[in-house]
Amino acid sequence: MTDAPIAIAVQNLGKAYDGQSVLSEASLSIPRGQFVALVGGSGAGKTTLLKTLNALITPTTGRALIDGRDVADQPGPALRRGIGYVFQEVGLFPHLTVAQNIGVTPRLLDWPAERIAARVDALLDLVDLPRDVATRLPAALSGGQRQRVGVARALAAEPSILLMDEPFGALDPVTRVALADDVRRLHETLNLTTVMVTHDVGEALLLADRVVVMAGGRIIADAAPATLLTETHADPRVAALIDAPRRQAKRLAALAGSRAHG
Amino acid sequence: MDEPLHQALSLLPQRLGWHVALSASALGLGLLIALPLGVLAARNPRLRWVSLSLAGLVQTIPSLALLALFFPLLLLLSGLSVRLTGHGFSALGFLPSLLALTLYSMLPILRNTAAGLGGVDPAVVEAARGVGMTDTQRLWRVELPLALPVIMAGVRTAAVWTIGAATLSTPVGQTSLGDYIFSGLQTEDWVAVLVGCAASAVLALVVDQLLGLIERGVGQRDRRLWIAGLAGLAIGLVAALAPLASTALDRGPPAYVIGAKNFSEQYILAELMADKLEARGARVERKINLGSAVAYRALAAGEIDAYVDYSGTLWANVLNRRDNPGRQAVLDQLRSGLKQRDGVVLLAPLGFENAYALAMRRDKAQALGIVTLADLAAKGGGLTMGGDLEFFSRPEWKSVETAYGLSFKARRQFQPTFMYRALASGEADVISAFSSDGRIAADDLILLADPKGALPPYDAVILIAPQRAGDKRLTSALAPLAGSIDVRTMQAANYAVDRDTDKLGAAQAAKLLEGK
Ligand SMILES: Nc1ncnc2c1ncn2[C@@H]1O[C@H](COP(=O)(O)OP(=O)(O)OP(=O)(O)O)[C@@H](O)[C@H]1O
Ligand SMILES: [Mg+2]
Repeated sequence: MTDAPIAIAVQNLGKAYDGQSVLSEASLSIPRGQFVALVGGSGAGKTTLLKTLNALITPTTGRALIDGRDVADQPGPALRRGIGYVFQEVGLFPHLTVAQNIGVTPRLLDWPAERIAARVDALLDLVDLPRDVATRLPAALSGGQRQRVGVARALAAEPSILLMDEPFGALDPVTRVALADDVRRLHETLNLTTVMVTHDVGEALLLADRVVVMAGGRIIADAAPATLLTETHADPRVAALIDAPRRQAKRLAALAGSRAHG
Repeated sequence: MDEPLHQALSLLPQRLGWHVALSASALGLGLLIALPLGVLAARNPRLRWVSLSLAGLVQTIPSLALLALFFPLLLLLSGLSVRLTGHGFSALGFLPSLLALTLYSMLPILRNTAAGLGGVDPAVVEAARGVGMTDTQRLWRVELPLALPVIMAGVRTAAVWTIGAATLSTPVGQTSLGDYIFSGLQTEDWVAVLVGCAASAVLALVVDQLLGLIERGVGQRDRRLWIAGLAGLAIGLVAALAPLASTALDRGPPAYVIGAKNFSEQYILAELMADKLEARGARVERKINLGSAVAYRALAAGEIDAYVDYSGTLWANVLNRRDNPGRQAVLDQLRSGLKQRDGVVLLAPLGFENAYALAMRRDKAQALGIVTLADLAAKGGGLTMGGDLEFFSRPEWKSVETAYGLSFKARRQFQPTFMYRALASGEADVISAFSSDGRIAADDLILLADPKGALPPYDAVILIAPQRAGDKRLTSALAPLAGSIDVRTMQAANYAVDRDTDKLGAAQAAKLLEGK
């Protein structure tokens, strides 16, 4: 896997608002085909890092490279049409139907109408939405359905890179696990490079090839799930984060055990 | 049908047509300017501040003044253009009205465009960038559609304002529904006033409703609604403009333009002149209700071909003279002075004066023993003086006041109609009056004599525009009017129009003058 070419690289990336640093000295190198989970507490800088990758945010220091090219050197719209992005706030266009929302980037790329229509149908199936929602406006969808449309929209133009900012936040646990599995499968079949921000460390550990932990605007850990789970961590914040799902699983098992014996 | 109503309604197609043409063009032009400006303002806080402040400032200028201000400005520009390119343009009528109303319509559009765009959910704006839209695509595909309901609300406000303010284009010589209101208020033809107000209100209401339909259509993304609204507007526009188009096709441009200021006597004399020309087969357009300062300049600039003015007014306002060398001398010097200054021809004094005078009820004057202004100075200390809205700021008043040393218990200003009522009811004892006013004879008033000649003479004279100086048809048609109207005849004609009951229209009253 390490021989694969580097799809995403960030070098010494930093961002400050009014002199207040929210991201500093972040460096990462993500080979093509890798599935990376980005975890960390609220305000850790996850969204900021993700948005610098498709140049929605201009970094204060350092640079981000996609396929070896600095994103700052490319026209933003063309760059972003080639990168799928799922927003934390979803951000569906309220005046466009579900089908139009999903087909928006293909339209910008001047795909023929039939190809867009076919793609929309395929994506609705993929994210497990009934076809008849295609003509609805986003206001007529549930929160979870909206998130799925958000994922479908990101994938519509067949990008090679998928950036997702808490894409499953509003889903019930069952659908969440199912959709996460779907996304992972999609990642394989479409040969994507994926970076997914999540609050759910368990989900990150189970789904990703690699977990990047952030705190206070810095990357404090970056390893494969197995390594993270087995190694002892110098940084107590990492240990606490990794331990959380494990402790939860133990307590659940204990609870189930006591019931079974009781 | 009721005669006055019938008469008023017969003029409706033309007036409504022009009103719609003017409002629609002003709104269209306002949209064309304010919409892009609003888009830029939404992205640039400084531009937003500057443009909204300027538009707000325009809004505080009374609309009547705004309209009036454009006339001299355009006259200047037109003069400049003549000098530079050899071609001028009309500074009267449509153009000044259009420009003023356009400025007036801009604020709500500008404000709502900036606010509407600023109010689009930032998450949606970022999503538009995220899916790969350029700034332009984001504007057209996301921001404008989402801001459209707010923008439409602004357009609605602008439309209602514009339609209302378009009635004020009458004094700069643009036919509109304001013609009913301005003339009607002058001659107390309440039917006309009501027709004007009702027509403009109904027009505003209908346009507001149709725009509201469009607003709701874009808000609820219901294509049928906004298409219906647009279709309604288009049909209304075509229907309203049809009478204009048909007259334009029928008759071509008018041969002569006769002007009139904004009071009954002027309407009657304009009709009289128009009648004489039409009797000779000429086609005549009337531009009535011109502002007093507008009329002379419009004539000098060739915007109108002829109108009646008064020697004292020209003497003071055009030649800037304050002395009074006597009636005939004023006329002689005006004839050469106007010719030399502007090329304007003083064709013929009509035979009567419409002079400023002070009037009292006969019974009261006799009781107090007042016959002249000198008597008034001696015995009028306890009296109340009423003046029309401009009288006390006019040089004539300064001149009488100082010449006779007049002083009163109180001074009050009235709209002319109410001034006469105040005199009748005793709220005023002395009023400023015009010597040809029909109410003088009808109300049994006396005009106080002016032994010191403090008030200048006000002979009614026909003025001809410079480029018509050699026009034989015009001069031969109007020249016979010289000396043909005495003050009693004029008073009677004015009264026929001004009286409360059994009123005549200006055109009918003009026949009274011809009968003599
Ligand atoms: N436009 C901005 N101006 C100032 N500060 C900002 C701005 N955007 C983000 N921040 C700050 O930067 C820090 C990192 O924000 P970021 O959105 O990257 O956090 P996050 O890790 O995504 O958090 P969460 O899990 O809550 O989404 C936060 O403290 C936030 O308040
Ligand atoms: Mg975030």
